[in-house]
Amino acid sequence: MEEFLKTCLYDRHVALNAKMEPFAGYWMPISYTGIIEEHQAVRHACGMFDVSHMGEIRVYGKDAVAFVEYITTNEIASKPNGKVIYGLFLYENGTCVDDLLTYKKSDTELFLVVNASNVAKDYAWIVDHTEGFDVLVRNESDDWSEVAVQGPQAETIVQEQMGIVLTDLGFYTFKEVVWNDHDLLISRTGYTGEDGFEIYGDAYAVAEVWDLLAHSGKVLPCGLGCRDTLRFEASLPLYGHEISERITPIEAGLGSFVKFEKPNFIGKAALLKQKEEGIKQKLVGIELTEKAIPRQGYEVYSGETLIGTVTTGYLSISLDKPIANALINAEFAKIGDPIFVLIRKKKVPGILRNRQYYKKNYKQ
Amino acid sequence: MSKVVEGLYYASSHEWLKIEGNIGIVGITDYAQSSLGTIVFVDLPEAGTAVKAGTEFGAVESVKAASDLICPVSGKVLEANPEAADDPEAINRDAFGTWLIKVELANPSEAKALLTAEQYRPLSK
Repeated sequence: MEEFLKTCLYDRHVALNAKMEPFAGYWMPISYTGIIEEHQAVRHACGMFDVSHMGEIRVYGKDAVAFVEYITTNEIASKPNGKVIYGLFLYENGTCVDDLLTYKKSDTELFLVVNASNVAKDYAWIVDHTEGFDVLVRNESDDWSEVAVQGPQAETIVQEQMGIVLTDLGFYTFKEVVWNDHDLLISRTGYTGEDGFEIYGDAYAVAEVWDLLAHSGKVLPCGLGCRDTLRFEASLPLYGHEISERITPIEAGLGSFVKFEKPNFIGKAALLKQKEEGIKQKLVGIELTEKAIPRQGYEVYSGETLIGTVTTGYLSISLDKPIANALINAEFAKIGDPIFVLIRKKKVPGILRNRQYYKKNYKQ
Repeated sequence: MSKVVEGLYYASSHEWLKIEGNIGIVGITDYAQSSLGTIVFVDLPEAGTAVKAGTEFGAVESVKAASDLICPVSGKVLEANPEAADDPEAINRDAFGTWLIKVELANPSEAKALLTAEQYRPLSK
């Protein structure tokens, strides 16, 4: 039997009677009290997630910024220290190795946070491209735990419970603090479409943060189940669904995170060509007009023509509507056009729509 | 510990069957509802649809996943429970009280191939 790792909060999840499932090599909580209740807590109050499975990779050295700009799509040199930058690693053909957050500590030190399921692949990819750059790359994933505290009340609750000032922390920025003798890194980031924070530290630190927030009675523990429903409604991509080694960021609607002004980055030539020639497949939104639930892998039709497949779909908890992302033939990607999704051999009607399902509620 | 009701027939795919004369009443077990979590949608066949023992007749869906419903008996659907369709969480509240379909039995002896409450109980842990 395959062995799965446990995060530092595993015992707490079990004690809370969470539904645990293997994910990215770890036993992770899917839900505690129910996906819907947890989803609503994050939308309307405050929830927290154990995301200690995420990968952390540090890049040091004189060429740290030039190197990470070369292996990812976004711009880093122009950003101030303390900024968090969303970007993607691409293959030469322009499809996605993974997406990531880059924490800019200084011109010579960057902290990369990558998807748990891709840590080994990403680390190998990064190390394989260091030639010619004066950098040192270290996989620190085993050293870091992480809790994400998300929701409109997150700022008030975290400030009050932890005694850390957060009002000065802007969207997509971070700071490092010493808290109860622990070193913590806190960013105003998240994966839910709500305001909130991601708090990184060692296992002891994160366990202490978790316990403090749990005992406050003001923060609901939330599992990976609602993490997905929340990020989906906020049209945030997930590797293996909206982005993958078969999808480019242009096709996935992530062009704003690709900076063509940069002299060079892996995948640039392929993406430029794709921009010139036009994309063949495109990520779109679907809303069904009959009640049914479109799910990943279901086929999408225009009349009798198979035009693509669903990448993520739910009966949206916030909208109470069946909606989905789908990767379809770009020729058919016209908002408002009727389509069908094949659900258990039935063609269920719907229309193509934009992917702004839920208005993000960020604090700038 | 999930509830198992005496006197019903059970399928290893976690449906229950109650027989009243030549009519079979089908639902999912308490174990099934608890494994699924909150049920948000039920896809049931229309009256008149032919169903076959061991084959799919619809689905119950949680937020995360769709789970096929497997018919324990063959026959013709007489009625699907509108209450289950309108309020799928009723199944979570009372899985044995919220039937899904009523079937006119084509072959009542098919029930003999199903499990008794005693035989099903170990599967519901």
